[in-house]
Amino acid sequence: MKKQDPKERIKNFEEVASGFTEEEAVKEAKRCLMCKKPSCVAGCPVEINIPGFIKAIEKRNFDDALNLLKEKNSLPAVCGRVCPQEDQCEKMCLLGKKGKAINIGALERFAADRELNQARGIRQQASEKKGKKVAVIGSGPAGLTCAADLAKMGYEVTIFESLHKPGGVLIYGIPEFRLPKRIIEKETGYIESLGVLFELNILIGKSVTIEALRKKGYKAFFIGTGAGLPHFVGIPGEELNGVYSANEFLTRINLMKAYLFPEYDTPVKIGNKVAVIGAGNVAMDSARCAKRLGAKEVFIVYRRTENEMPARIDEIENAKEEGIKFELLTNPLRIFGNENGWVKKMECIRNRLGEPDESGRKSPVPINGSQFIMDVDTVVCAIGQGPNPLLLSTIKDLRLTKKKNIDADPETGVTSVEDIFAGGDIVTGAATVIEAMGAGKRAARSIDAYLKR
Amino acid sequence: MAYKIVGKEKLNSVTTLFEIEAPLIAEQAKAGQFIVFCIGEKSERIPLTIVKKDLKSGTITIISQEIGKTTKELALLDKGDFISDLIGPLGRHADFGKLGRILFVGGGVGVAEILPVLEYAKSEGNNIRAIIGARTKELIILENELRKVTSDLTITTDDGSYGIKGLLTMPLEECLKKEKFDLVYCVGPDIMMKTVCEITKNYNTKTLVSLDANMLDATGMCGTCRVIVGSEVKFTCVDGPEFDGHLVDWGSFMKRQKRFAEEEKVSLDLYNKHCKYKK
Repeated sequence: MKKQDPKERIKNFEEVASGFTEEEAVKEAKRCLMCKKPSCVAGCPVEINIPGFIKAIEKRNFDDALNLLKEKNSLPAVCGRVCPQEDQCEKMCLLGKKGKAINIGALERFAADRELNQARGIRQQASEKKGKKVAVIGSGPAGLTCAADLAKMGYEVTIFESLHKPGGVLIYGIPEFRLPKRIIEKETGYIESLGVLFELNILIGKSVTIEALRKKGYKAFFIGTGAGLPHFVGIPGEELNGVYSANEFLTRINLMKAYLFPEYDTPVKIGNKVAVIGAGNVAMDSARCAKRLGAKEVFIVYRRTENEMPARIDEIENAKEEGIKFELLTNPLRIFGNENGWVKKMECIRNRLGEPDESGRKSPVPINGSQFIMDVDTVVCAIGQGPNPLLLSTIKDLRLTKKKNIDADPETGVTSVEDIFAGGDIVTGAATVIEAMGAGKRAARSIDAYLKR
Repeated sequence: MAYKIVGKEKLNSVTTLFEIEAPLIAEQAKAGQFIVFCIGEKSERIPLTIVKKDLKSGTITIISQEIGKTTKELALLDKGDFISDLIGPLGRHADFGKLGRILFVGGGVGVAEILPVLEYAKSEGNNIRAIIGARTKELIILENELRKVTSDLTITTDDGSYGIKGLLTMPLEECLKKEKFDLVYCVGPDIMMKTVCEITKNYNTKTLVSLDANMLDATGMCGTCRVIVGSEVKFTCVDGPEFDGHLVDWGSFMKRQKRFAEEEKVSLDLYNKHCKYKK
């Protein structure tokens, strides 16, 4: 698959990877062994008929391929781009045991993009209307999937979203060069075409309560509000100008299009030297955005080694190609500011790896006397996000975990409140798009079962 | 969906009142809460206090002073026009209940923010005194509305064109010297709130301020509006906008408020250069 030259792409926000051509896709599809018991499907959180859609691509029945995808996955153009296939379907691929696994992600993207580029919808099988209203709170991957599946079952679904555009993390978090916004518009458009209503600018718990929605006839609720609480490191100096949470940094750039300032009104200040603390996908996204916005040097500051980095290998590679520097085994200690309150440097300490901690990864141990100063003028904290308590605190009897996530059954989304289901990052803590989608799908099934009682 | 402007009133050369159709927000809004609006596709998200609500007409009232590009654009909209996005009510509402004697202090357009809280305080049975101030007579807003709630109103102008000449800190000191207040509630420019807090601290009078921080999502998701209160980091959008003014770290807050000053100027200069409708 073609990728934009790193030297060029660090000057723009265009998509990095251009996707398969038809010939490339058919050629790749032909490599599939068409296993009788396909283990790839077992690796897919939303149970896509993978050999089925690959076969269809091989036969150039592209509409069939898309229909097979959309049977299980309402966001194939998104998943084809941002799923960690290497840890899921492709990891299970038999071809991968000896050589290269089938590039399932790229094939999924190919089939989905073909429809997007041709701007024509696929056939919709109309199901019998059930005449029952379900409210989905949050329009990220979990909510969109849950809503689409419920709509396909015939429920009247309304998605409530607090931001002014639907998509959740897909729209505010993941940058244009990894997931173009027109893709999300198309995918949410598809979900709208299934009959799902989108109510934007509604913050459930503030604009309207769950109790009021019950009175308006909503029979079940799905909460998929994501990981909407930024974590800061908790070191001195984080109030300084030039320190961002990754949520803020990425929301400015992606949702508000600060990379097009001043054509768009929302600004973001980048500075010359940017330190991004953390090494997950969000950190890579932040670092690569900073580079594109003109930072001379961008550092990933991570307390462990490359082996422990939570980001996808592809994204780490992309970041390296783009000249992002890695300060590994490094912990920030404090941020210093100038007289106007702007970041001017950051004190760090080197670590060595010690015994594994509860996450199973070797834990970083600071080395005495190894403190050093990094000259930076911007710091982005990308060390994870927690659950936003705003909605949860308004719901009576909703049981939370120690980490203040919703205590929900991972298989069914069932919570301590009978008519409320939950899934995605609000339950698991920050995870992946596809895991959230899987949870949304399973919750849709439970909601159906609950409403059929 | 878009939100319709159903009423517009120019309060002075730089301040405009808008009544906007938003029945859900009107239904839920309480004193001290705010909305975030976005004029159109390319606009920023800006917070503004809900000054009034009308359940019958399903509308809310906001008052905006022209400072940057967005507020200038807003001021050009008319009755019948739409803004693309409006979310609220956001933030915590005032809930201090009945305390006794409360002194309200409002500077400039901050008077728009004290009015709903003042009405709330009155409804709780508090005894109210108010001091408002502005640079000059023209910039004094909502005088009649305030007089409806309290007869005990002092007005100051820097240039002496109306009321007492000078800063409102003068009558404030006098008030505090003369009698004991159970609460001072103050909204205005940051530097004014800081100064008022320094004064009320000397008199050991609890002081609440409502911070007008730069915001983005305003739902607690981004942390851009963070402020140090006591020794804790708070988010103005969800933990505020009302805080104990004696605990606010004014130094760092005021520096944070200027973090996009350069970009705001770029936006405004471009706007002034290109806007054909400029009055």
